[in-house]
Amino acid sequence: MLLINCPHCGPRAQVEFTYERTADSVVLPGAPADAAMERLFTRANPRGEDDEIWRLSFGCRAWLVMTRHRSTHAITAIRAVGPETLP
Amino acid sequence: MSRYSAFGLLRGAFGGQRHWQPAWRDPEPKASYDIVIIGGGGHGLATAFYLAKVHGLRKIAVLEKGWIGGGNTGRNTTLVRSNYRQKPLHDFFEFGLKMWEHLSDELNYNVMFSPRGALMLGHSDSDMTRLAERGDAMRVSGIDAELLSRDSVAKLEPLLDMSRSARFPIEGGLIQRRGGTARHDAVAWGYARAADSLGVDIIQKCEVTGFVRQGDAVVGVETTRGQIAAGRVGICVAGHSGYVAGLAGLKLPIESQTLQALVTEGVKPMIKGVIMSQSLHCYISQSDKGGIVMGGDPDNWPSYAQRGQPMVTGHAIAQAIALVPALSRLRMVRTWGGVTDMSFDGSPIIGETPVPGLYLNGGWCYGGFKATPASGWTYAHTLATGKPHELNAPFALDRFRRGATIDENGVGPMPNHR
Amino acid sequence: MSGPSRSSGGESINFTFDGKALLGRTGDTLAAALLANGIGLVGRSFKYHRPRGIMTAGVEEPNALVTVGTGGRTEPNTRATDVFVYEGLIARSQNRWPSLRFDVGAVIGLFAKALPAGFYYKTFFGSARRWMFYEYFIRRAAGLGAAPVEADPDRFAQRAAFCDVLVVGAGPAGLIAALTAAEAGEQVLLVEQDRVLAPSLLRDQQELDAVWADEVATKIRALGGRILLRSTASGYWDDNLITLTQRQTEPGQEPADGLAQRLWHVRAGRVILAAGAIERPLAFAHNDRPGVMLSQAVRSYIRRFGVLPGQRVVIATNNDDAYLTARALRDAGVQVLAVLDTRPAPAGQASGFPVHNDALPLSTSGARHHLTGVSARINGTTHYWQADLLVTSGGFTPVVHLHMQAGGAALEWDAAAQAFLPGSARQNVTSIGAAASAEPIGPTPAPANPGKAFIDFQNDVTLGDVDLAWAEGYRSVEHLKRYTTLGMATDQGKLSNMAALGRLAEKQGVAIPEAGLTTFRPPYTPVTMGLLAGAKAKDGGAHVRRLALYDVHAAKNPIWQPLGYWFRPRAYPTAGETLAQAALREAKSVRTNVGMTDVSTLAKFEVSGPDAAAFLEIICATSVSKLAVGRGRYTFMLREDGMVFDDGTVWRLAENRYLLTSSTGGADRMATHISYVRQYLCPHLRVSAVNVQEHYAGIAVAGPKAKVVLTALIGEEPPRHMSTIPAMIAGIPVLVLAASYSGERAFEIYIEASRAAPVWAACEEEVIRHSGCLYGMEAMEFLRIEKGHLVVGGEIDGRLTPHDLALDRMLNKAGGFIGASGLSRPALSAPGRRQLVGLEAIEGIIPEGAMLISSKGQSPQGHITAAAFRIIEGGSIALGQLEGGFSHHGEELIATSPTRGQKARVRVVAPHFYDVAGDRYRD
Repeated sequence: MLLINCPHCGPRAQVEFTYERTADSVVLPGAPADAAMERLFTRANPRGEDDEIWRLSFGCRAWLVMTRHRSTHAITAIRAVGPETLP
Repeated sequence: MSRYSAFGLLRGAFGGQRHWQPAWRDPEPKASYDIVIIGGGGHGLATAFYLAKVHGLRKIAVLEKGWIGGGNTGRNTTLVRSNYRQKPLHDFFEFGLKMWEHLSDELNYNVMFSPRGALMLGHSDSDMTRLAERGDAMRVSGIDAELLSRDSVAKLEPLLDMSRSARFPIEGGLIQRRGGTARHDAVAWGYARAADSLGVDIIQKCEVTGFVRQGDAVVGVETTRGQIAAGRVGICVAGHSGYVAGLAGLKLPIESQTLQALVTEGVKPMIKGVIMSQSLHCYISQSDKGGIVMGGDPDNWPSYAQRGQPMVTGHAIAQAIALVPALSRLRMVRTWGGVTDMSFDGSPIIGETPVPGLYLNGGWCYGGFKATPASGWTYAHTLATGKPHELNAPFALDRFRRGATIDENGVGPMPNHR
Repeated sequence: MSGPSRSSGGESINFTFDGKALLGRTGDTLAAALLANGIGLVGRSFKYHRPRGIMTAGVEEPNALVTVGTGGRTEPNTRATDVFVYEGLIARSQNRWPSLRFDVGAVIGLFAKALPAGFYYKTFFGSARRWMFYEYFIRRAAGLGAAPVEADPDRFAQRAAFCDVLVVGAGPAGLIAALTAAEAGEQVLLVEQDRVLAPSLLRDQQELDAVWADEVATKIRALGGRILLRSTASGYWDDNLITLTQRQTEPGQEPADGLAQRLWHVRAGRVILAAGAIERPLAFAHNDRPGVMLSQAVRSYIRRFGVLPGQRVVIATNNDDAYLTARALRDAGVQVLAVLDTRPAPAGQASGFPVHNDALPLSTSGARHHLTGVSARINGTTHYWQADLLVTSGGFTPVVHLHMQAGGAALEWDAAAQAFLPGSARQNVTSIGAAASAEPIGPTPAPANPGKAFIDFQNDVTLGDVDLAWAEGYRSVEHLKRYTTLGMATDQGKLSNMAALGRLAEKQGVAIPEAGLTTFRPPYTPVTMGLLAGAKAKDGGAHVRRLALYDVHAAKNPIWQPLGYWFRPRAYPTAGETLAQAALREAKSVRTNVGMTDVSTLAKFEVSGPDAAAFLEIICATSVSKLAVGRGRYTFMLREDGMVFDDGTVWRLAENRYLLTSSTGGADRMATHISYVRQYLCPHLRVSAVNVQEHYAGIAVAGPKAKVVLTALIGEEPPRHMSTIPAMIAGIPVLVLAASYSGERAFEIYIEASRAAPVWAACEEEVIRHSGCLYGMEAMEFLRIEKGHLVVGGEIDGRLTPHDLALDRMLNKAGGFIGASGLSRPALSAPGRRQLVGLEAIEGIIPEGAMLISSKGQSPQGHITAAAFRIIEGGSIALGQLEGGFSHHGEELIATSPTRGQKARVRVVAPHFYDVAGDRYRD
């Protein structure tokens, strides 16, 4: 079980978080249909690092973007979402 | 291939069982094959077998990076059933279930398919209506399904908690009596032995590292044991679908997540068939060795590590004990994780890819084991003819872009909402 | 004779084994107590039902498995070496019938030659039913002990903890490591699976002893360190999370305070593994007889427990440890008849014993299920000793399990010790002591009769089975394991793995590390399921949420219905009424008069801020910004793929303040969706979206007299349909929304949940005054079906588009809402999609969930999503999904439910059966 360092709450156990989706799956409202479906229905799904969107379902309830390795589970970056995390 | 029989075993009793030959050869890869299948799990081996047996092809190779049956084939909870609500799904799995019924004979390898019944419990009137709907959909398609009353359920599985005050009181169930379990390893080994005897090269410790391209088309694979040319290449690597497709520059509607399962110490028979639930996400059965085999929800976060987190299994165990209180004092002896290829509608993908010469079989989510024979059959058809079989036509890769998803649970594209 | 002293043990303890009353001593394991009572035969093996005794003194015991306890505390497969005797302990042997000494199942052993590893793959062909016939007997013969049939009467607790250093194993190495860390100011947690500190010091007195161990423990505790005895580190997970299982009671024992065990989730800064090593047996024919024991175990029984396991002893070894046992035996006054040492050179410590070099036992003999002799071939001559104890030692396997479970960890091969040692690791973990080093051992010669040389004792796997698997091509170590079942018994291969790897490497002609290694998986030792479930076992982890008005309903003794996390009243039957009768009466009251119901569980969100309307127009597929203040409308939401996934109403309460309602069952999903849009997609919008689902309780009042009731309650003109006003009821501020789910003029009243009861009471009084009644979910279902309103989970099943549900005319023309781009996919406008229809019975009663077919044997074209009756006129009606349904109005179909043996002839109609024009909403 991962220990995830919430930028607001500090290190918290993984059970307090919910994985939601990968950053490469985000579709902006109003995006052109073809591009939107491409994003919604394909994933890089690498064995290495990827950007993932998690939510601290307990605690501050913030949505977070973390860079995490899919084989080692190591989290190399974590940040709160904001305008700059949008695709 | 020496035939397996009780007589053979008796004969062996007087000769120290020394007359048995290897179940499959250990060939060197050839320079070229008609069809190369990437992935020596149950599905890949079954595909090779049916390519040889049904389509008469002889130059077939199965490339396995580790040892055959070492992925999800050997990590599942061995359930076999076809009790799906959506027609393309239950038609596909039913075709497979019929194959299971004769598989041991077909392969001359006892895969121990044991149709002890797959029971899905209902915990409210609304659950019972949903179960009836599922059963009705199956029955209209000619698949066996039977609604059971509370009393019948109690008689069938006496250790279920039938008290009215239970958090999930049992109001009845839907049983598919032809469903049950099989011995997972035997499925891989049986297909491997049968395919090998038809000339299929099963090449273990041979990892695909890239594709050989001619223009757009795939015409072979690069492997840790050299380049191998191929007429058609079929990907069949479950949780690693995204990785292998990525070698060809493809992105798939698949996310790899961990699914854990566990088994208890062996005990004398206590659970007759397979127990599942309409409202709870655990599934319970008892192996021939006596261990209670069970699983629950996937870990619901992407991972290739084959390791999950303990709270997920704890939750599944809690649900299992809520249904069968007598499980409490048994001891979990092993827990493990597999890398599941979660597709974006919960249904598998079998068919062509946008890359000529390259085919995909994947997206099995947490339900691939039971599909093994049907998956092999239809994938073999697709690889041999270049066109889908009518059973796998609905499961084309482009269905997501077209909007023709087959969403059993109606939860949409996010695999972790399933 | 001068046997070992039993006096150190303390008080006598009464226990039974197979019904026989026996005496043990405090501090005895069950195994020690059985040996002290002269009992050597304890169990039967899994496959061949061979008689088995006690081989070890630890958690690795493969043979001495018993069932302890009674009723719901029955624990099958309990290792006699890992349960300490307590007053009243009831132990039973298992996997035998009718008795341990005479076991009919042992007849299988006679056919062992025809039943090699994997025999079942090669026979029992024919139909699946035929296999099930054989399987019936196989299942009965397998399975070891019997499970309890009762529920568990005891509690299992779970606890989280943090520490700087977790030390696993309180042997000398672990104690010193823990003390060192504590002295350096670190917060220390030290765990030991035994009930005493440093149990090895009770076996082998060195310069250190138990007194020293106690002193160290005292110092550790004084420095703030914590020590848990009878606690096993069973799993090593990501980010240094270790699960500990702590026994509060022994297996089968009734706990004083109801607590049987506790599960710890420990997050450690670093982990020190000092879990020691496990002694390996030697492989030779009939090495599985009761009376064959491992060397260290024999010393433990003599010195720690004061029990002498034999009087005439032969020792077989490939290392020096067995000589310590030889001395312990000599000290206890026992004659060692022979030491068979596989090593060629005389061992330095061998003085005083009859040592034979280059020697391995050939076989053992036995009678009455116990060892009677040992044979060996020495310099071409066969020797035979009459013996009742054969001590064996095949070297030591460091406990690297947790190290490997930590993930990304490596092992290093120590050729001299023939052992894997912990190497590098990704997590912050180190191993010390016997877990990190091993003494050199001599050769492990191949036995003459591999078919009877057991390596996995519990599962009856022999070296011959390994050979067979190899010959048949099961050559990867994982294939070997799975084909032979080696290492898959309750001892998890602790004794067998190295022997199998050695044989496999020999066959491959490589060193052991190249032969491969199976994965180490949690748990280290088997863990009680109830412990892993903890308190969640009571409700499967699905805690019930309580309605704000629960007491009010409960007083009326309704029929309850589960919905989401809640239970809501389904109907309020009067004496003698059935559910259907009550629901119909309630629904009629709404149609003709007035009724009220609790709608508190609906999802509710308060959305406010200058960009509130823009925000809602991303979430809702209908327009929102055109709503005037004080007005509301029906709305629905799409997933990103364009499918309708929820619906509800949206109300403009003030210029920049809205209330959004949606379905109960989808409440969590909607909350997450809104939170995603708010935080991730639209961080730039000036809006706040608050989940007020349980902040407000809700009461719906519906019926032709609803307006009169509301007027009386609020003392003013109630709002028009789809309008809202704030008001006061019973002196409490409420929000009144004029919205209808039933098809009648209706109002929803929202109140702060904590103040809901008086408002409910006022409403109820007024409703009763107007001859109305309470109604539950069943009546609500009748009403909404007749009106043709949708329900999430029924008509809205996540597979239909707005067009399929005939909602497309309400789509926001401006676009920009979530799901708009998904809708453009071609298959979503292709013919033959399922579309919402109404159905009325021509003959029979329409079964809910039934399939719609045009004639028998045809594929279903759709199904019934909800069925009801016309409330006033009677007659079976339903809503359903039908392929191309919009163009099939007027056609006849069959609604069939084969599982219930019901069917009805139906006509496809529009999905509105009541007041299509909506006149009844108007004042």
